[in-house]
Amino acid sequence: MNEAITLPGGVKAEPGMRIYNQKLGMWVFLASEVMFFTGLIGAYIILRFGASAWALPGVPLDEGGTPLNINLTAFNTFVLICSSVTMVKGFASIEQGDQKNLKRFLLATVLLGAAFVGIQVMEYIELAREGFLPHCSEELATVVPSCHLFGSTFYTMTGFHGAHVSIGVLCMVWVTVKAFRGGYTKESHGGVEVIGLYWHFVDLVWIILFTIVYLI
Amino acid sequence: MDWLPGAASSYAAELDTIFWVILAVTGIVLVGVQVTLVYFLVKYRGREGRRASYVEGSTKAEVIWTVIPAVLIVGIAVASQRVWSQVKNPDRFPADALELNVEARQFAWSITYPGPDGELGTEDDFTRYNEMRVPVNRPVVFNMTSADVVHSFFVPAFRIKQDAVPGLNTRAWFEATEVGEYELACAELCGVAHGLMKGKVVVLPQDEFEGWLAGLGE
Amino acid sequence: MATVEAMAAPLAHGHHEEMSFVRKYIFSTDHKIIGIQFLFASLAFLALGGVLAIMLRWQLGFPGEAMPGVGVVAPKFYNALVTMHGTFMVFFAVMPLLVGVYANYLIPLKIGAPDMAFPRLNMLSFWIFVQSGIVMTASLFVEGGAPGAGWTAYAPLSAVPQYTGVSLGQQLWIISIVLFGASSLLGSVNYITTVINMRAPGMTLFRMPLSIWALFITAIIALLAVPILAAAVILLFFDQTLGTTFFLPADGGQPLLWQHLFWFFGHPEVYILILPAMGIISDVIANGSRKPVFGYHSMVLAIIAIAFLGWITWGHHMFQSGMNPLLGTSFMISTMAIAIPSAIKVFNWLGTMWRGNLRFHTPMLFAIGFVSLFTIGGLSGIFMASNSVDIFIHDTYFIVAHIHYVLFGGSLMAIFAAIYFWFPKMFGRMMNEAWGKIHFALTFIFYNLTFFPMHILGMGGHMRRIYDPTQYEFLQPYQPLNKFITISAILLFVAQLPLIANFFWSLFRGKKAEANPWRDNGLEWTVASPPPHGNFAVTPIVYRGPYEFSSPEVEEDYLPQDVPLNGEREVVGAGVGEE
Ligand code: HEM
Ligand SMILES: [Cu+2]
Ligand SMILES: [Cu+2]
Repeated sequence: MNEAITLPGGVKAEPGMRIYNQKLGMWVFLASEVMFFTGLIGAYIILRFGASAWALPGVPLDEGGTPLNINLTAFNTFVLICSSVTMVKGFASIEQGDQKNLKRFLLATVLLGAAFVGIQVMEYIELAREGFLPHCSEELATVVPSCHLFGSTFYTMTGFHGAHVSIGVLCMVWVTVKAFRGGYTKESHGGVEVIGLYWHFVDLVWIILFTIVYLI
Repeated sequence: MDWLPGAASSYAAELDTIFWVILAVTGIVLVGVQVTLVYFLVKYRGREGRRASYVEGSTKAEVIWTVIPAVLIVGIAVASQRVWSQVKNPDRFPADALELNVEARQFAWSITYPGPDGELGTEDDFTRYNEMRVPVNRPVVFNMTSADVVHSFFVPAFRIKQDAVPGLNTRAWFEATEVGEYELACAELCGVAHGLMKGKVVVLPQDEFEGWLAGLGE
Repeated sequence: MATVEAMAAPLAHGHHEEMSFVRKYIFSTDHKIIGIQFLFASLAFLALGGVLAIMLRWQLGFPGEAMPGVGVVAPKFYNALVTMHGTFMVFFAVMPLLVGVYANYLIPLKIGAPDMAFPRLNMLSFWIFVQSGIVMTASLFVEGGAPGAGWTAYAPLSAVPQYTGVSLGQQLWIISIVLFGASSLLGSVNYITTVINMRAPGMTLFRMPLSIWALFITAIIALLAVPILAAAVILLFFDQTLGTTFFLPADGGQPLLWQHLFWFFGHPEVYILILPAMGIISDVIANGSRKPVFGYHSMVLAIIAIAFLGWITWGHHMFQSGMNPLLGTSFMISTMAIAIPSAIKVFNWLGTMWRGNLRFHTPMLFAIGFVSLFTIGGLSGIFMASNSVDIFIHDTYFIVAHIHYVLFGGSLMAIFAAIYFWFPKMFGRMMNEAWGKIHFALTFIFYNLTFFPMHILGMGGHMRRIYDPTQYEFLQPYQPLNKFITISAILLFVAQLPLIANFFWSLFRGKKAEANPWRDNGLEWTVASPPPHGNFAVTPIVYRGPYEFSSPEVEEDYLPQDVPLNGEREVVGAGVGEE
């Protein structure tokens, strides 16, 4: 890391932020991701509030709702939040130099993340069986209001989020393997911190998506 | 050949005035900048043994050339706003206007008239293609939409341009002030024959128009 | 040359072994090589974009007549030309020429860093750019023809293949834009991290050259704007291929949603295309005037103000779209506001030349050309910013004139200045000055003959993107002018031959360049031309800003940033360049 140095005339040298490049780079990258999801979510908001009626979760199909199961997804949200907690714990462990707990918690994070994706896939299958596709089946379109828009926005937003989780799980597997090989130490564990940032970000996006797609 | 096409609607002249005012203001700035530039290029051209003055800036100058453009721009904005809301704000559209429906599609304009009863949406409505007939000196409000892609209704002589968007009802108005024929163009790229999507607006004397309307466009 | 004695620890970098040609020039991670790769690639796209322009200009000047070697331009092909000309110029020529080339080449050198923060990502960024360019070029040749919905790809025209008769081409366009976005993202992450973290000791933010300030702020805008475009084109892609209905009104979608998303990206994008040019021009004008930049701080503030305001003006592209007229008012106000920082910059450039000792080297000539032409483009922006005047001139040649005054007269002139200015640093040889001046003179003249009359066409109501103006009676009187513009455009194209010849001739035969041929202050001029891998043998220490020309403290009329004056040597500790 840089040391503060002073130059003649009392001007501070300003040798950068006190964050290492990879971490700063991840923050910068996440800013871009925020804008990407802003684009998708913004489109959803404009379409949803521009539509006269919307296919809501928790409302029976024949009343123009969707078979989205709020309880199941709430549970899934809980799973993802847990994975963030294990991520934090893993990082805290390695900061103390505790490699054993790092491995444990990373493994838990991988499993929880994978479980989240699994449950989401199940939900997709269920929806598709009912005829909810990005473009709804003919009969659904007659009962469910804004059925096509619902399918378009739902699959796009949750799909891109799911892809982010999946990529996160893959990276996390890589980090976990490295942890099992003793690749992280008390002094050097930037990889854990950087993947952790990404993971929390993905978690946060989900909480927003869950709120606006399922709860509002 | 005039610089701006001959103006033939009630608000065209006002819109043109703003154009000329902006041209005057920006023209002065433009000439000022270019003349100063050339003057500096000549006056301060490099010569042996000369040395540039070591000047890093001047707060006073910065303030001056921030404030002056700001004032000019506020003036232009205020003037523009008046005409804008007159032309485009549906709440301020003229009352007792003739109302028409316009539908754009690749690559034609269809104009629906209210027929003799003067009401749209009734049985005696009739539709004509690529030719809009309107009475002189009476405001015409039209409800516009598109059957396929985005088009734009543009009559240069009237200074009116309004996009026709599928799924949306965009409203616009004009009041023609001179009898005659004016070209109607599509101003928004809409596909292969965009450049050929033209029509005309025929402005008739009021009684002639009434007769035409009563005769269901015969 | 004055170089600082070894005061800082040598770079952690160490020596590099001999590398194979492929590692050194193809899959290089050296920011300088990557910058040069971007230069060659995007100049090729610039040439391609130019060829397309000549073809479409031919049709407008000589409608329906066969173009020698090409034949008659059919309407569908004409739309493809308009679309691909705009696309190539914006995404594959001007943007990479400014950001890909000069952010890459200049940032590490000018801030005193050995390389980018993430050299491998940087390499990846270039190669993704190449792929994206290949896909875009391929879209010209596929079945169904090249995309024809304009560079703005308005939906539903772009979303439904039946509307244009193009399907695969439009999809390739989208894929290419997504790849382009990925490349741009990697670049932005790199530039931002590098500027924040890797400045040499003493290179405080307010000692950075304006070129670096502009590239830094531009990287932030690109970081935040390009993902919006990516999201938008992905939705468009789904509408085309998966049956979603984002932009299709028949099933509840909203065509205007596309325009909002596109321009929410698009307006910041135009500042991506001009801010680096402004930064580069500031550097060159200070050098050519032998004077500090007038109002350095207000220049920085103006860049930042433009970057902020750029986010709230997008609706000025949609005044006539059917958007709520009240929004038309607020977008007029924000747009008018953004003209103020632009004006400040112009006045500061004049202030820089005032009482200078001007040296008219080729880069300086292009910089002066920039000031002159950008002023016209900025002022024509005021006409369109006026929501009521825009009713008439929207989608006419007035807009075409505006965008070319800012993008060709502005951005491209700056790019030419930059090419001549940094060529010696990049390749170790000087470009020929006489031919450079000829290139400038011809370009400036034919540029104005081509684009200035377009204002007149626009005032006459001449629509843009129409294939045959003679179809309209009211445009027939303008046909001689159209012909004149076309001939000027061809001559403008020909006027670029001196640049090409000069470039390649100088590459091999040019006079060897010394380290600091322009007697400039920037850190890049303190190292050999071209600089070695790793840039600086020892990390430079920066004592002052980049524009200390004609300082009373020294005899010469320049004072490099890293030269200590008496009493400035006692530096306490150092250690920069590692993480
Ligand atoms: C003084 C500052 C500027 C103002 C007030 C301004 C204003 C405008 C307005 C109002 C439009 C929309 C016109 C219409 O479609 O009716 C426009 C279009 C455009 N401007 Fe500017 N502009 C400014 C500077 C720039 C700069 C610096 C650039 C790029 C380097 C730029 C590039 C463009 C482009 C590419 C378009 C047309 C996009 C299209 O429809 O294809 N402008 N400008
Ligand atoms: Cu059209
Ligand atoms: Cu804009």
